[in-house]
Amino acid sequence: MAEAASGSQDKSVQVKLVLLGEAAVGKSSVVLRFVSNEFQANKEPTIGAAFLTQKCRLEDRILRYEIWDTAGQERFHSLAPMYYRNAQAAVVVYDVTKATSLEKAKSWVKELQRQANPNIVIALAGNKVDLVQPSASSSGSSSSPDSEDEADDATATPGETPGSPGEPESLRQVPREEAQAYAQEAGLLFFETSAKTGEGIVEVFTEIAKKIPIEHILAASRNNSGRPGAGGRSNAREENVNLQDDQAKAKDACNC
Amino acid sequence: MEIDGNLQRPLVASATDLHHLSFDLTMDEEYDVIVLGTGLTECILSGLLSVEGKKVLHMDRNDYYGGDSASLNLTQARHCLAMNPLLYRKFRSGQEPPQELGRDRDWAVDLVPKFIIASGELTKILVHTDVTRYLEFKQIAGSFVYRDGRISKVPSTEMEAVKSPLMGLFEKRRAKKFFEFLQGWKDEDPTTHQGLNLDRDSMKTVYEKFGLEAGTQDFVGHAMALYLDDDYITKPARPTYDRIVLYTSSMARYGKSPYIYPLYGLGELPQSFARLSAIYGGTYMLDKSIDKIEVDAEGKFTGVTSNGETVKAKQVIGDPSYFGAGQEEQGGKIRVIEEGKVVRAICLLKHPIPGTDDSDSCQIIIPQNQVNRRNDIYIAMVSSTHNVCAKDLYVAIVSTVVETSTPELEIRPGLDLLGPIYDKFVEIKPLYTPTSDGRADNIFITRSYDATSHFETVVEDVQDVWRRVVGKDLVLKKRELEVQE
Repeated sequence: MAEAASGSQDKSVQVKLVLLGEAAVGKSSVVLRFVSNEFQANKEPTIGAAFLTQKCRLEDRILRYEIWDTAGQERFHSLAPMYYRNAQAAVVVYDVTKATSLEKAKSWVKELQRQANPNIVIALAGNKVDLVQPSASSSGSSSSPDSEDEADDATATPGETPGSPGEPESLRQVPREEAQAYAQEAGLLFFETSAKTGEGIVEVFTEIAKKIPIEHILAASRNNSGRPGAGGRSNAREENVNLQDDQAKAKDACNC
Repeated sequence: MEIDGNLQRPLVASATDLHHLSFDLTMDEEYDVIVLGTGLTECILSGLLSVEGKKVLHMDRNDYYGGDSASLNLTQARHCLAMNPLLYRKFRSGQEPPQELGRDRDWAVDLVPKFIIASGELTKILVHTDVTRYLEFKQIAGSFVYRDGRISKVPSTEMEAVKSPLMGLFEKRRAKKFFEFLQGWKDEDPTTHQGLNLDRDSMKTVYEKFGLEAGTQDFVGHAMALYLDDDYITKPARPTYDRIVLYTSSMARYGKSPYIYPLYGLGELPQSFARLSAIYGGTYMLDKSIDKIEVDAEGKFTGVTSNGETVKAKQVIGDPSYFGAGQEEQGGKIRVIEEGKVVRAICLLKHPIPGTDDSDSCQIIIPQNQVNRRNDIYIAMVSSTHNVCAKDLYVAIVSTVVETSTPELEIRPGLDLLGPIYDKFVEIKPLYTPTSDGRADNIFITRSYDATSHFETVVEDVQDVWRRVVGKDLVLKKRELEVQE
């Protein structure tokens, strides 16, 4: 927000985006695909990643996503209020092969509506859609159903793996229509995604970008409203102190 | 927080079942360190230990972060102290906060009144761990001291001393010379020492050398060196010199006061260190009652039992409330003792504190001698500028170390400076200290948040516990840059 508020060289608008969803639905993998265009089967825990940044160009404007991962703190309902604070967007992820994960996603949506900024843009993403597409898995190495399980969480237990790889459609536990109907009802953007193949990933973030009220964010940063929780970490920024002013500023990544 | 796990599908496991499944798995593991309580001291330790590669399980009996160093909303605190929804829940159970206080979620009232010294030890930890990226800070707008019935800005340079209404003409000249001496002091250059030896001569000797009046000594020792009482006067001058230099260098850093404060309240500090710990693999569980600290036949720590399940670890760190503080002795080992009490009055105001130039935030120190006490009275005030309360409201906490059986009367001189008080919540809090250093039984207990107005003693406790738990001094290393390339 420093750049946005101070209008310095970089004209991008910073948007805090939080990830939510049940353990092992692929939250970290979705972000890794978006930020680095990579996919790692059996990915190691997201050690040391406070948040990732990625720019998203949209016609004449550039959004700079600051993406917060849960760092496992969602597991025992121990996410701090700080996590939701001033988030302008959220991606709530579920696993299309696991019905309970959609129910959990719904409860996260409720939590967001209770705790977060009222203008937050929420996207619902049904991940691991590659597992339910008969011909999508092109090679044998990618046929393991749990290959996309997130390792950032100890609950990625064996034995939760549903069905057998031979009958892809039978793995699907959440019909697309059902999730879509819920998303529509709750006013969420909706996608089915595969962090593994990349399907639908970029769309999640570009569609969010289109819905983000950028003018509102910019206006809030100019108006210096002083209202707590109002539209972004932007109020009175110029009066804030920078503890690291005598240090080299962290270099931000952007591979647009 | 409560997650609504309402299910429409009867045939699948409920969210609650899954919750228990993962809980079991986590409880079956063995940890290097279990940390009990999510106060700032515990969260800094948890974060640093996780960064160091230790396997940490961090639990709290409350459903919110921060323990005694939390910032609560009005409902929580009313209950806790009885004030905002969190505030009103802490202090005044069941009572709804008045409508005119605005939305509950706009409130974050600190339970412990402390500010961060801009160039102090906590700032160093914040910067070195990079948790600054989760936080935004603002200056505290003014630092004031009470003398002879009124409050004035604390002068921090010889220039300000010359202008200060705190002193008469002749005293100003003496104070100017004193400040010039402090600013010019160089250890390696004896010509700057004016015949004084900071390591041998007492502060009394230094004051006498410059002929400073008692009232000037009061603001130097209490409002700049930030001593709570006058014990320092007869001790070597070096620590006092160091404290004054810390004050003046912090003052010089941002200009208005030597203090900074995180937006949304002090409760953001433990939350950000908890996130640091989680990012480095720490496991977090809130809302877990701790039934028992398990020890072996020799009294050494083996694990913690929560909700009937025991989880094993090599060491435990926790705040005094998890080790018998405030409870009747039950034949067990006495692990913590009370070493005093503090009284804190959280006051809601609809105006800035009179005499502070309408500062949106400030600290006021009432030196003990000014009101015939042994301990200073502190006022810490913040407002909606810091996103801790609804607009046009101000939160002032008046506190001191309890000296009598009527603590509320003791803070009277502080309350009298505030003008009309809209609402007030008074808490008398015992301060606990551990009876042993924990090396023998691997049980390491932190100290209660003391009456000082800043976090320097909290960091001292962190360093001290670290030394005992890890076996070496805490060395702050800059973390590797974690932004994706």
